[in-house]
Amino acid sequence: MENMVNVYFFGKKYSVPADLTIMTAMEYAGYTLKRGCGCRHGFCGACATIYRIKGKNELKTCLACQTQVEEGMYVATVPFFPTDKRTYDIEDIKPEQRIMMDLYPEIYSCIGCNACTKACTQDLNVMQYIAYAQRGEFEKCAEESFDCIGCGCCSVRCPAEISHPMVGVLARRLTGKYIAPESKHLTERVEEIHHGDYDQLIEQIMQKPIEEMQELYNNREIEK
Amino acid sequence: MFTPEMMESVKKVEATRAQRLGVEPRRMTADEKDALLKEFHPDYREEAFAEIKVGPNKGQKAPKELVHLLHSNSRLLAEKVDINKVDYDVDVLVIGGGGAGASAAIEANEAGANVMIVTKLRIGDANTMMAEGGIQAADKENDSPVQHYLDAFGGGHFAARPELLRRLVMEAPDAIKWLNELGVMFDKDETGRMITTHGGGTSRKRMHACKDYSGAEIMRTLRDEVLNRQIPVAEFTVAVELIRDDRGQVAGAVLQNLETEDYLVAKAKTVIIATGGAGRMHYQGFPTSNHYGATADGLILGYRMGAPLLYQDTIQYHPTGVAFPSQIFGALVTEKVRSVGAQLVNVDGEAFMHPLETRDVAASGIIRECTARGKGVNTPLGSGVWLDTPMIEMIGGPGTIEKRIPAMLRMYMKYDIDMRKLPILVYPTLHYQNGGLEIGGDGFTKVIDNLLVAGEAVGGIHGRNRLMGNSLLDIIVFGRNAGKAAAAKAKNVELGNMNLDHIQAYAEELKEAGIDTGDVSPLLLPKYARHER
Repeated sequence: MENMVNVYFFGKKYSVPADLTIMTAMEYAGYTLKRGCGCRHGFCGACATIYRIKGKNELKTCLACQTQVEEGMYVATVPFFPTDKRTYDIEDIKPEQRIMMDLYPEIYSCIGCNACTKACTQDLNVMQYIAYAQRGEFEKCAEESFDCIGCGCCSVRCPAEISHPMVGVLARRLTGKYIAPESKHLTERVEEIHHGDYDQLIEQIMQKPIEEMQELYNNREIEK
Repeated sequence: MFTPEMMESVKKVEATRAQRLGVEPRRMTADEKDALLKEFHPDYREEAFAEIKVGPNKGQKAPKELVHLLHSNSRLLAEKVDINKVDYDVDVLVIGGGGAGASAAIEANEAGANVMIVTKLRIGDANTMMAEGGIQAADKENDSPVQHYLDAFGGGHFAARPELLRRLVMEAPDAIKWLNELGVMFDKDETGRMITTHGGGTSRKRMHACKDYSGAEIMRTLRDEVLNRQIPVAEFTVAVELIRDDRGQVAGAVLQNLETEDYLVAKAKTVIIATGGAGRMHYQGFPTSNHYGATADGLILGYRMGAPLLYQDTIQYHPTGVAFPSQIFGALVTEKVRSVGAQLVNVDGEAFMHPLETRDVAASGIIRECTARGKGVNTPLGSGVWLDTPMIEMIGGPGTIEKRIPAMLRMYMKYDIDMRKLPILVYPTLHYQNGGLEIGGDGFTKVIDNLLVAGEAVGGIHGRNRLMGNSLLDIIVFGRNAGKAAAAKAKNVELGNMNLDHIQAYAEELKEAGIDTGDVSPLLLPKYARHER
């Protein structure tokens, strides 16, 4: 007999094998998931979930695909949350402090409660990256928010109604495009290709018979 | 945590670690690789394949599960859908909201076309989001697109279509530049030089990465750009069939609202199939690293309209899927773990092969270790081999794992396995569809001249095996090209009267062949609910 636990999906009780994740337990219970299920491996943020263990006060957030079921777990999935993404033209904006004031002014209403950080399913220091954004320290904001998967649990819990994942995306795009130094070797290689420097060489290798390609491939030098 | 039996084996791994460090295991010869593949690669298991009995690839083989869908009828045969009641009317219809679809939509929008994305789940719910290790491009001084071509062509067993592979490697640096200019944060040193590593089968260090969130960083940037451009995205809206016109062109698609199950009609001058892969078909019972919607839908849609498949019989099993714990069974352990120094080690603590052979060879080597050689480590769901992750920090210094592969560290820490101190258990997982719909160099299918395909749904770019980092690359290169080509083509397309005659014709063909699976296709979602299994 498998080791079973009792869990409650949207308040309804099910007995499920104890080694399942919340997501696979829902499927075991008979759900055909449409909402609240994406990559199933912790990278997409589709399966944001809130739960409370029966008899305990604490309300927890997690990803359904990355969290094992527990006895007495009351589960509600949050398959969609209306985070507020502002639109902008990446070519027109600059990595200046006022861009956050223009696009996401509510970050300056942060009351420092740290509920976002406590809610983060990736264990990121969310309040800290919002603080960096407030100060226009985009590179630090980008680094601190880098592992964000956009599940939105932070925003669900925020009394200042901040859309934290959107702030992180903006900071990362500003960093990637404007702050990180240019890769000169990349720029040069693109120019060489556009200039036609490799056209003849690539044509030559495309024309080679398979036997010759096998010879070249099997004896190619591999960088240490 | 590991079982006592596993911990016994860990002791052996620890005992040999110091002497293994700094000794690169020998690479196999071409003959050794061939023999290994023939004996152990799942593609060579004949009983797992069946013959396709209808359509352009009639007489060829494909995985049984795919053949079943190819042999099933359209769900629209039994439905009354008025295709002349048009809900969306666009120049370019992009089916699929992953990296290829988003790239295509951005470029079509840039070219001034009226473009929309329809996607089964949400935009970004795609294998792109889950790609961890990196993206290849020959942009270093010791490298060239020609060297990249040689690596990919050989790694794909000399079967790639040269015209497609040429585009992949020649346009790779430009793809990286485009992403960088959209704001993708690549790993760079303080001078701006890209930090690049090896992948399995590369002869130069050309793997660009964004920690081990490479695909996620690319996908969330592309998604943000699609939204900034206010390109319409219909989420939870799945294409269930293509629509034809009386001139033999594609004219749009019948869509279904996945939640309400209502049908909708999208009319379009050009259609781009960017529906991705097929991991959720679980060929040969393998677990998969793919996202929930990876069910080969686009292959079925295109095939039913007469577009041929190419290399539909070759599947990539990623050598290192999670073998333990069972909660994350089959999840991807990025090849980058090996790029930064972890060796493949058997139950006795022996490094049994070079860690960076191509994926098909590495997967076969692990299967051999666990079967014929009996040197795997037992797990509740089968067996696996060790990936000796503590080596990474002995080579790269303390903190390397957290800095370079934070997603992996996080995934295992949730199950109290600290990969900085303990090795992890891996076994091959169904990862990538090498084959797909056949296209020409410009992205169009060869039989319908306003139907395009991009991304994992394409066959022929990589041949019969794909190198790490060439898929993130192909979705960008071929996604962008498809968007541009579709926008240009749309200017010259005049649509005739729309119909679904090809569905009837396909049904006739199945009937004549005496085939009745009793199912409909495309699959749309895997059957995971207990009562459906």
